[in-house]
Amino acid sequence: MSTLAIDKAGPSRKIKYGSMSRDRAWALRWSYFFLVLFAIFFLTPPIYMLITSLKSSAEISAATNPWWVFHPTLSNYVELLSSNQFLRFFWNSSIVSIVVVIITMLISIPAAFALARMKFWGSATLATGVFLTYLIPDSLLFIPLFKMLGVVQDYTGITLLNRWYVLLFIYPTLTVPFCTWIMIGYFASIPKELDEAALIDGASWLQTLTRIFIPVALPGLIAATIFAFTVSWAQFLYPLVFTTSIDQLVLPVGITTTLIKGDVFNWGQIMTGALLGAAPPLIIYAFLMDYYIAGLTAGATKG
Amino acid sequence: MADVVVERGRVARAAGARRGSSLRNALGRKSTVAFFLTLPLILLIALLVLYPAFYSVHLATLNKSMTKFVGFGNFTFLFKRETFWMVVQQSCIFAITAVIFKALIGFIVAHFVHNIPAKGQRKWRGMLLVPWVIPPAMSTLAWLWLFDPSYSAFNYTLSFFGVGPIPWLGDTFWARFSVILVNIWYGAPFFMIMYLAALKSVPDQLYEAAAIDGANWWQRIWYVTLPMMRNIIAITTLFSLIVTFANFDIVRILTSGGPLDTTHLFATWAFQVGIQSSDIPLGACVSLFMVPILAVAAIFILRDVNKRGNEA
Repeated sequence: MSTLAIDKAGPSRKIKYGSMSRDRAWALRWSYFFLVLFAIFFLTPPIYMLITSLKSSAEISAATNPWWVFHPTLSNYVELLSSNQFLRFFWNSSIVSIVVVIITMLISIPAAFALARMKFWGSATLATGVFLTYLIPDSLLFIPLFKMLGVVQDYTGITLLNRWYVLLFIYPTLTVPFCTWIMIGYFASIPKELDEAALIDGASWLQTLTRIFIPVALPGLIAATIFAFTVSWAQFLYPLVFTTSIDQLVLPVGITTTLIKGDVFNWGQIMTGALLGAAPPLIIYAFLMDYYIAGLTAGATKG
Repeated sequence: MADVVVERGRVARAAGARRGSSLRNALGRKSTVAFFLTLPLILLIALLVLYPAFYSVHLATLNKSMTKFVGFGNFTFLFKRETFWMVVQQSCIFAITAVIFKALIGFIVAHFVHNIPAKGQRKWRGMLLVPWVIPPAMSTLAWLWLFDPSYSAFNYTLSFFGVGPIPWLGDTFWARFSVILVNIWYGAPFFMIMYLAALKSVPDQLYEAAAIDGANWWQRIWYVTLPMMRNIIAITTLFSLIVTFANFDIVRILTSGGPLDTTHLFATWAFQVGIQSSDIPLGACVSLFMVPILAVAAIFILRDVNKRGNEA
């Protein structure tokens, strides 16, 4: 949020004095030149996805200029969006991401409130612990988790491996620590006078949380929600390890495993699938960019 | 202080009004409420993060069928394998090179964005962050297609400059180059955003003072910008080091470790050994080798984050 405020203050420092302004003009031209170069580097893959997704497989295998579409067609989109398999992946991904966002919020908001406002025995240690948990990568935990799920399945008889709903329990390990961490920051920045006033008026702790903290920290809440959604939507390793049947796969795994059949790469469809898979986070980003960036810079996200 | 006073008053009043309802009293106490509010978080971390982490140490000491305790057998077995040392080497090359270039590109791009008029900054920033927003598994597919051996768009373009077809993913050097390139592409925008936020927090007066003292642009960066941004650079770099070191998606999709296991990282090799060849103990053992480096980075981050907390 703070970046926004400073953005607006920017234009005031324009200096126009003789050679100084000429220097600045050149610096500006060079800045634009290099920005264009970097933008090309950064945007080539997504644009190439779009170009390929508009080509028929005949045009792709004809090996004409790869950077241009000579006969644009929407057949890849029609084919994918009418295939039950692809819609199944999309559905699995959506339901997993949405439920994970809800679970994450239900766990991390109360916890962040307690850690930010109620100093209790071990609260500082717990806050540090939450932060450290965030630094434990998924690639360290997937093997023991895989074995654990197998053991639990053997003992209880509940099928856990190769079921999409197991991801609902696993994904929060990635989202909850970070969301709790940034919510602690947002809650701690709320003036103490506000909740003291509420307490004096006879509000309970829960009322203070729901009536005061959540409305006031709404920007932080939105940033945390976006983060939780993007992480669950993009997660690749856990679903790759825990699910194998076609009807249990989520989008990233589904596209990489089913559209690549042996040595036959149907690139038109793969790129269309990848683009459709990238669309939900991109759309959210396009509309809520400021919240997205605020969340990113607030807690120093993974990078 | 104030909330302690309020709290005490409430407890005293409750005790006076309904003597004997000690259960209700206990439920209303601050520490009890706090305990219940944090309980789900504690359970989640304990059951699904801490327990698996220690379970992985236990798994690493078993034999392949997980029936016998073999102590450090898996570790000594790994030390004798050439592939293991190659994975160690490649993980370090991958992580260090990628992080250095991500930090450099992020720093440079952040400066260019900071240079242009504030009106256009939002637009450029929005465009340049796109690689970070696309799920890495999806964008790596696009890179795989750009690198494709027979229809490679890169080789097509390079052929106009007379540069011969490059085996992007078929040759050890180029495959290593490619996975690092994709990682830089994915991670640099994150650095750019962090550095841009840090740049904006450097007060303009410092630059004015430096300009009056006759500092050139290099001296301004070295003596003003860098010292002011030191903390954020340290945190971002260490974070990125952890994540890059533990990277899985990019290498898995681009090369699956090939050619001849030369691009494997700890994560992808652990996946191949532990899940695909179903030698779970050996896979757990491989991924445990990430712990020392992660731990060192985590300690430094924690120190910096606490320092940041004290300054604020």
